[in-house]
Amino acid sequence: MIALLRGLGRWGLRFFARLGRAHIFFFYVIAALPGLLPRFRLVVIQMWAVGVLSLLIIIVSGLFVGMVLGLQGYNTLSDFGAEESLGVAVAKSLIRELGPVITALLFAGRAGSALTAEIGLMKATEQLDGMEMMAVDPLRRVIAPRFLAGVLSMPMLAVMFTAVGVIGGYFVGVGLLGVDEGAFWSQMQAKVELRADIVNGVLIKSFVFGVVVTWIAVFEGYDAVPTSEGVSIATTRTVVSSSLAVLALDFVLTALMFNQ
Amino acid sequence: MAEQTESKRPADPGHGPLVRVRGLEFSRGGRQIFDDVDIDIPRGKVTAIMGPSGSGKTTLLKLIGAQLRPESGSIVVDGVDMHNLSRQALFETRKRMGMLFQSGALLTDLSVFENVAFPLREHTRLPESMIRTLVLMKLEAVGLRSARGLMPRELSGGMARRVALARAIALDPMMIMYDEPFSGQDPISMGILVQLIRRLNDALGLTSIVVSHDVRETASIADYMYVLSDGKIVGEGTPEAMGRADSDWVRQFMEGLPDGPVPFHYPGPDYVDDLLAETRR
Repeated sequence: MIALLRGLGRWGLRFFARLGRAHIFFFYVIAALPGLLPRFRLVVIQMWAVGVLSLLIIIVSGLFVGMVLGLQGYNTLSDFGAEESLGVAVAKSLIRELGPVITALLFAGRAGSALTAEIGLMKATEQLDGMEMMAVDPLRRVIAPRFLAGVLSMPMLAVMFTAVGVIGGYFVGVGLLGVDEGAFWSQMQAKVELRADIVNGVLIKSFVFGVVVTWIAVFEGYDAVPTSEGVSIATTRTVVSSSLAVLALDFVLTALMFNQ
Repeated sequence: MAEQTESKRPADPGHGPLVRVRGLEFSRGGRQIFDDVDIDIPRGKVTAIMGPSGSGKTTLLKLIGAQLRPESGSIVVDGVDMHNLSRQALFETRKRMGMLFQSGALLTDLSVFENVAFPLREHTRLPESMIRTLVLMKLEAVGLRSARGLMPRELSGGMARRVALARAIALDPMMIMYDEPFSGQDPISMGILVQLIRRLNDALGLTSIVVSHDVRETASIADYMYVLSDGKIVGEGTPEAMGRADSDWVRQFMEGLPDGPVPFHYPGPDYVDDLLAETRR
């Protein structure tokens, strides 16, 4: 019993120490962001790596998710003779929930894991130590540009995912199942609101997810044990922790934004 | 205010040893790595820190560069107490120190040219033409001017260390610390690195600290040597004096004897007892 309590206590101490380190790390990274303005090129290079290179998986997934929504939405709505509302159903589902959430999950798997592995390997191969000894702060030179690139890329990717998803829903609903094209677009136009849906859903949610996923990814890499096993564990942890964080935060944000 | 100014002013810049280590104590994972160690690194010389694997040689370099903090004692580099500096002041001091890591620590996403240009771009506002000239000069000094377009993955281990050396001298530092520069090198690469360390030290007026366990190569270029074991300095002197040392420990290390104060067998129960343990049971 004592051993169990001791183990629990040790786990708790380690957990909170790590949480504390992660927060201190976060504030250091935030403090380093203004220094990126004169050298924004570093951020653009990272946006290519985390954003542009994630485009393919985002677009393909968005298309299929939109197509599935179109199909399932049509089957349900047609029972009530409300197929014309398919455009609204697809758009609202994507804008409020699926767009930001699935983009964040894909982003964690594609870009988050790559960030963790890259930073972890830089640590394991003494590149971060080497920078420190060259009087270059790795937090400013390596971490901050990657963090900002992730935070900026995530909303853009969510917008793309959502837009492609709507096209996927249109393709199935209008193209294959015969929903009226005018009704599809006009109802969507009438019911989807800029502030309540698009700003809250796609922009704010995906911005928050971008901050959390990228923070977890860069911290896990920076805090990784500098061995191949350590980097592997850190990469797995990034995907698991950020996926759970996204799903939990989605509930909180949805409750705050859409609870009427 | 006066006290602050006093504490930032180097105690004896330009005089005495460049690095002065006093009463250094450091432990890790419950193991004492340094126990009251004193070391002086003279200016303009090549000083070797030697000892078997795990004796804390690399740790010593990290302590000198203030990447690690000692439990007690002081490390003063050119009159500046390395462990009593703000982060900004520490980085200013590090600009005058170069370090060659065992792995080279080249930035893998940058070419050879960009790796050498990295500290220049980070710390100076020199025009591109000047950076190009400086980088080519540093690469020429290590014989790799024509390899400037290669990526780190295309370099052999020896070439990577030479590029790292060119990068370490990019800002014309006052000292360079070499962490195991010869390990895993073929005889030609090793010969090149041995010569480079000596030649660059003399030509650029550097102070070099070479951490190594390659006795012959290190002794051939060192002006002074320290031998570490069990957290203490067990021998020091010129390579010639070390070759004639009376200490069993120093002799075992210098001559590479398989048994001696450092036993061949890992400590454990008696061999015969161990073999007969099953029968006796």
